[in-house]
Amino acid sequence: MSSQKVAEKPKSKNLIAGATGDWEVIIGMEVHAQVASKSKLFSGASTGFGAEPNSHVSLVDAAMPGMLPVINRECVAQAIRTGLGLKAQVNLKSVFDRKNYFYPDLPQGYQISQYKQPIVGEGEVEIDVDGETLKVGIERLHLEQDAGKSLHDQHPDYSYVDLNRSGVALMEIVSKPDLRSSKQAQAYVTKLRTILRYLGTSDGDMEKGNLRADVNVSVRKPGAKLGTRCEIKNVNSIRFIGQAIEYEARRQIDIIEDGGTIDQETRLFDSAKGETRSMRSKEEAHDYRYFPDPDLLPLEYTQSYVDELKAVLPELPDEKRARFMKSFRLSGYDADVLVAERSSADYFETVAKGRDGKLAANWVINELFGRLNKEGKAIEESPVSAAQLGGIVDLIGSNAISGKIAKDLFEIVWTEGGDPADIVEKRGMKQVTDTGAIEKAVDAIITANPEKVEQAKAKPSMLGWFVGQVMKSTGGKANPAAVNEILKAKLGL
Amino acid sequence: MTDLTKLTMAEARDGLRKKSFTALELTDAFLAAIEKGNASLNAYVLPTPDHARAQAKESDKRIAENKARPLEGLPVGNKDLFCTQGIRTTACSKILDDFKPTYESTVGQNLWNAGAVMLGKLNNDEFAMGSSNETSAFGNVVSPWRRTGKDGKTSTDKLVPGGSSGGSSAAVAANLCLAATATDTGGSIRQPAALTGTVGMKPTYGRCSRWGIVAFASSLDQAGPIAKTVRDSAIMLKAMASHDPKDTTSVDAPIPDYEAVLGRGVKGLRVGIPKEYRVDGMSAEIQKLWDDGIAWLKSAGATIHEISLPHTKYALPAYYIVAPAECSSNLARYDGMRYGLRVNGDNLIDTYEKTRAAGFGKEVRRRILIGTYVLSAGYYDAYYLKAQKVRTLIKKDFDDAWNKVDVVLTPTTPSPAFAFGEKSGDPLAMYLEDIFTVTVNMAGLPGMSVPGGLSAQGTPLGLQLIGKPFDEETLFRTAQVIEDSAGRFPVPDAWWMKG
Repeated sequence: MSSQKVAEKPKSKNLIAGATGDWEVIIGMEVHAQVASKSKLFSGASTGFGAEPNSHVSLVDAAMPGMLPVINRECVAQAIRTGLGLKAQVNLKSVFDRKNYFYPDLPQGYQISQYKQPIVGEGEVEIDVDGETLKVGIERLHLEQDAGKSLHDQHPDYSYVDLNRSGVALMEIVSKPDLRSSKQAQAYVTKLRTILRYLGTSDGDMEKGNLRADVNVSVRKPGAKLGTRCEIKNVNSIRFIGQAIEYEARRQIDIIEDGGTIDQETRLFDSAKGETRSMRSKEEAHDYRYFPDPDLLPLEYTQSYVDELKAVLPELPDEKRARFMKSFRLSGYDADVLVAERSSADYFETVAKGRDGKLAANWVINELFGRLNKEGKAIEESPVSAAQLGGIVDLIGSNAISGKIAKDLFEIVWTEGGDPADIVEKRGMKQVTDTGAIEKAVDAIITANPEKVEQAKAKPSMLGWFVGQVMKSTGGKANPAAVNEILKAKLGL
Repeated sequence: MTDLTKLTMAEARDGLRKKSFTALELTDAFLAAIEKGNASLNAYVLPTPDHARAQAKESDKRIAENKARPLEGLPVGNKDLFCTQGIRTTACSKILDDFKPTYESTVGQNLWNAGAVMLGKLNNDEFAMGSSNETSAFGNVVSPWRRTGKDGKTSTDKLVPGGSSGGSSAAVAANLCLAATATDTGGSIRQPAALTGTVGMKPTYGRCSRWGIVAFASSLDQAGPIAKTVRDSAIMLKAMASHDPKDTTSVDAPIPDYEAVLGRGVKGLRVGIPKEYRVDGMSAEIQKLWDDGIAWLKSAGATIHEISLPHTKYALPAYYIVAPAECSSNLARYDGMRYGLRVNGDNLIDTYEKTRAAGFGKEVRRRILIGTYVLSAGYYDAYYLKAQKVRTLIKKDFDDAWNKVDVVLTPTTPSPAFAFGEKSGDPLAMYLEDIFTVTVNMAGLPGMSVPGGLSAQGTPLGLQLIGKPFDEETLFRTAQVIEDSAGRFPVPDAWWMKG
């Protein structure tokens, strides 16, 4: 019975060994992604990053008396696009609620959020971990305002508040507790980030705090009922997400195995120490007194509006990956690397168009990405354009240059620019495939090195030395296959 | 020259058009009256004479150039709940301290764009929470009205002008302005109008923008005028109303010329008399007032129909859940961090507590506490959610009624003006002041109070008209019939001008 039951069993590699046996870790994520928009969720103030403190603050953001929020339609469209990208239910009616609490970086004394009726309902995200494809359920996505920022290091006695972020639109994307390892959690956030970036609905920039995660962690014995969870707040890098989960799971297991119980609480991840620590207990949890914001009407639009947005939705990473594998006969690994960023995928597609896809993928992944990484450059800043790299691939494909010469050519294009075909022509880099010329070079080497010829006859691996000499004498332009063939014949190997 | 302050807005408008006097003369007359009379009445918390004269001069210039706007040169008072650019705005609360907005409310801006002159900021109950203007941080407003005993002698007992727009009602009744802005969350335009013999119009929710008005309860708050006559009220509302993209609850509907309907009468109009408003212990004089109203409308050709609004009795309790709930959240922004009062404490929480304890008066604190309670986990469903359900039922009561009638007639208040302290010690007695008015806010309907007679003690009583959504026109023409039948009720003795 029940192959289903078997399938539900945790994969042993995801289990954590404890003193009393194996443990399973259950993870759910709440990812906060800043909506890519010029202005804030309910005001016209700019969302620009890095401005002077309190320079992007409208009367609404500062909660001046009598000010009223007005919904930014673009933020709504972005949330709908994201919902579509998550293959989720887009709700034609949703409601903004007030989440009430006091803090100096929250001028209104409440955050406008969505509580009972979010803009997006259930969806899913596919992730690949260790060659396995998993579906992670999305519980909901809702729109809410970001708070301002408290600055505690500006004055010995006072904290300062910067309201530039106050009112910026966030999407809170809540997963189901479907994740079973830190690796899966990291893959999920990575994938989510990729989807958001493809859609253009969030830049997902974790360094700027534009994407951060609250991680819910609990542990249980495989098959047992769910344990008490702890929520780790505001983890702001993929690496930290992994560390926080590893630490937290181990902490919980140790407590339970020592006969203790887990308290439901909110915890912080200290990245310097690599540990989580208690922020507030369940008893200290705020009573947010949610209620529908009476300043805002329910958010409503038609299905045809959603359909319009859907019609122009860009191709998503999963679809692009499948297409790359099919059209360009790429391996799953290569396709994954290429689709991780939309800009990389676009670059690759320009290079691969009308050319050997696998060759193009090798050059993009190995040469280009390798070089970009080394120099810390993004693909948008690449000195070698897709058209130029395509030119190089063309020259390789037509046997005009060898792979080795191609690397030199790449270097020239990287540093000096120019049309690859022109460079090859002008600098005489063309591969010598004229067997007469190669034979001539071979003969010269054989004649000059009679003792090596004798040695090679006894030890055929000496062939390599001859190949090297011929390549050297031809300035690397000789076709290596032809050199090999001619040498073998002349040396009688 | 006649006393310009005794003119109605329409009369003053005619006078300015005929150049019988200048806008500056008119404004100066009011400023002089304020200077003399405000000490006794405390209707204005901040007269703005320089501002007023500058506007009046501009008006005279425009009149001379034949560029007069609809309200050109007409001096009005502005409730202190309306933010005024560069002019202190406090909602009559200590917590706003010396707050000077950098912006003008949309309703205010509409008036100034129409040429009106602002004489100053008018007193009100703190954050518009009260029915007697006794909760203002600037002290009570004294009604210009006084009781007359059976012996014909006038008592010097100070009466309340109603609330929360008590400054507005007192200033209009006492000729300290031609008309005034006001706001109404549960009756704050209509009840003070009823208690002072003035005309109070609360338009349909969404008719006027709430932008720039200090919020009390967002889903109930609505601006409107208090004026001397029905016509003046029509002139004011036309200028105040607008669709405002900055307030998404304001409605994009055409704004009719309300004055144009005033002579049309009520022939064939179906007037509803809700039986649930005949509350236990209704006084004979209120009963008579109501009967008079019915008789006037009947003789003007209207038909009278008894109707039922079965959920009326739940309106007041539901209102006192919804309004405090919203206020508890709306007033969270007054935390001493960015503007207004701040009392530094030992730490952040202490600063919050000290600031808000010092800044908010007792009634405001009471409502914040009630509101916080009804929204709390475990109580939300029993209170807030239930109150919202009641609200839906109240709306439905009216929707059903509109199948049978065009307008509803009720008394505005259960009793005439009371003296200071008579009800302020008993919050529930004070809340009962709103019993006939809150349903209108809960249903988002337009409501109007028009003077209908005097009490046994010679103080004014008001009749309330309730209309269909955005059908203010029917209210205005019906109110005109009542005004024509009942006559106007000027204050008999301007004692406050005698120093």
